[in-house]
Amino acid sequence: MSKTLFEKIWEKHVVRQLDGGPAVLYIDRHFIHEVTSPQAFKGLEQRGLPVFRPKQVVATADHNVPTVDQHLPIKEALSRIQVEQLHENCAKYGIELYGLGHPFQGIVHVIGPELGVTQPGMTIVCGDSHTSTHGAFGAIAFGIGTSEVEMVLATQCLLQSKPKTMRINVEGDLGTGVTAKDIILYVIAQISASGATGYFVEYAGSAIRKLSMEARMTICNMSIEMGARGGMIAPDETTFAYLQGRDFAPKGEAWDAQLAYWKTLYSDTDARFDLELHFKAEDIEPMVTYGTNPGMGIAVTAAVPAEETLAEKDLPAYRKALEYMGLQAGKAIQGQKIDYVFIGSCTNSRIEDLRQVAALVAGKQKAPGVEVWVVPGSKQVEEQARREGLDKIFEAAGFNLRQPGCSACLGMNEDKIPAGKYCISTSNRNFEGRQGPNARTLLASPLTAAAAALTGEVSDVRNL
Amino acid sequence: MSKAIQYIKSSAVPLAAENVDTDQIIPARFLKATSRDGFGKNLFRDWRYFNDDEGQPKSDFILNNPVFKGKILLAGKNFGCGSSREHAAWSIKDYGFDVVVSSFFADIFKNNALNNFLLPVQVSDAFLQTLFAAVQANPQTEIEVDLEKQSIALPGGEQETFDINSYKKTCLLNGYDDLDFLLSIKPEIEAFEKTF
Repeated sequence: MSKTLFEKIWEKHVVRQLDGGPAVLYIDRHFIHEVTSPQAFKGLEQRGLPVFRPKQVVATADHNVPTVDQHLPIKEALSRIQVEQLHENCAKYGIELYGLGHPFQGIVHVIGPELGVTQPGMTIVCGDSHTSTHGAFGAIAFGIGTSEVEMVLATQCLLQSKPKTMRINVEGDLGTGVTAKDIILYVIAQISASGATGYFVEYAGSAIRKLSMEARMTICNMSIEMGARGGMIAPDETTFAYLQGRDFAPKGEAWDAQLAYWKTLYSDTDARFDLELHFKAEDIEPMVTYGTNPGMGIAVTAAVPAEETLAEKDLPAYRKALEYMGLQAGKAIQGQKIDYVFIGSCTNSRIEDLRQVAALVAGKQKAPGVEVWVVPGSKQVEEQARREGLDKIFEAAGFNLRQPGCSACLGMNEDKIPAGKYCISTSNRNFEGRQGPNARTLLASPLTAAAAALTGEVSDVRNL
Repeated sequence: MSKAIQYIKSSAVPLAAENVDTDQIIPARFLKATSRDGFGKNLFRDWRYFNDDEGQPKSDFILNNPVFKGKILLAGKNFGCGSSREHAAWSIKDYGFDVVVSSFFADIFKNNALNNFLLPVQVSDAFLQTLFAAVQANPQTEIEVDLEKQSIALPGGEQETFDINSYKKTCLLNGYDDLDFLLSIKPEIEAFEKTF
């Protein structure tokens, strides 16, 4: 029988199917970080349980860490305690930890792929909704809560109901200045922030095939922003070339054996999806959000939707969002003043993102009054950027190159956007208060964010 | 402590907002605790207070309206979207709610709620409007939620049934959790690993 990519991997990992209920799903890789794991370890302790398969768990500290002076103790006591607890828990249970100061430290969804821990055909979980990122390798990867983190630590399994399947096809060629981030912001704007709830998405089509692994990660990363359980892309030569030679990728004969298996991981030609959507790459322009959920996005050349274009029942929420953002319905988004630029997060903090930004801003200066933070996704990305001299370009442009972490994506560490200020951000969420209480977030690609850094306002990168 | 949920009859708090994300339910700066307790006081923190100050409540926010109280939270569609933080479920439960009713729940939130004996009841858009109207018209309106019958009803007799998978229903009715079950089949998991 024909199967989707998702079904092939799912079925291989079902330990037992419960009647009328969920499946017991075996988990290959478990990433943990300091924020969503402490209560799980506490639960194990209370039950007197060991970690069942510590070698299948990888830990890092990312959410709470400062992005300057990482060699010094963390100033904020509660953050420091969480990071220290992670160290203690990993040491106690024999879990590999890439903590602060380790050359592999970084955002969990950046380091898993770059180390080759993330591989096609795997089931991967983490107490973080952006675990969908790892789906770019043709893995079933999804975010879980802390109780589930405890379950995976204790049994390497989860009880999961099988989601419905959706395929999103993007065909054609992207225009100049249009990136993977614009594809996913466009798709979410088309189907809304809840348009894929209950589904596991596979991205396909010629526009997706042409993307690099890092660009594919950006797309899969934001699957959760349309409500999807996860997103995935079938592995291909791009995937295999990316993986070969990475620290934890298989080597020698093991590589050959795995490669043969990985090549079977695709949706069969007549596989059935519960829902299939089609988009044209040519229709996509550089995107930016104007509201308080990631579905509220428009082309950078467009205006904030006029009230007449909305249904009556949606108006109260729409007005509330615009009031929070301090924006006017019907007004062009280009020219909107920007106070902060954040280039980072598990969506867009990889070396290709930094290279794109550097190429645009080389020899130029940021606009006066704009604060620009470039936060690499990992220690390895930071080192690579320095080796390539990108740090010099950023410095000359007046950008602040910081140390790896989640940073201003979520207003939980020291990097926060002040109340009322506008931040164009390459991260994934523009929720109220996400980057700090009353901070105003406009999501965009690294190129569009860099363009705003140079002009001090929302700008079309194609005109620079 | 019995965690089981069987039957709840209570007045409700009507939170008339759609796409309520977990950053609103519990902002990230409150995720630094290392225990599961005490999150209720920061539930909807930035919607409840001006300037993060408990001395400055926002009077138009529903949790600050003393007229509405109870163990049931009514909310608009796509409740609990965004971050996977289980702290969102902990904070709602810790505040005193046992049931959240919406016409649509985000997947991860729903799992987190079920794992914390916070019952997510998904109803039709039309019935959700009926519930909101009844509670807004009379804040004392008591809503009955019967998990055994999978029903939710108003005193006037309007009612709807809701879905829950039979496994989870058994867990909630009896106070079992997933981990108890998974631990009970550990030999099967080990056998599975050998064939894998």
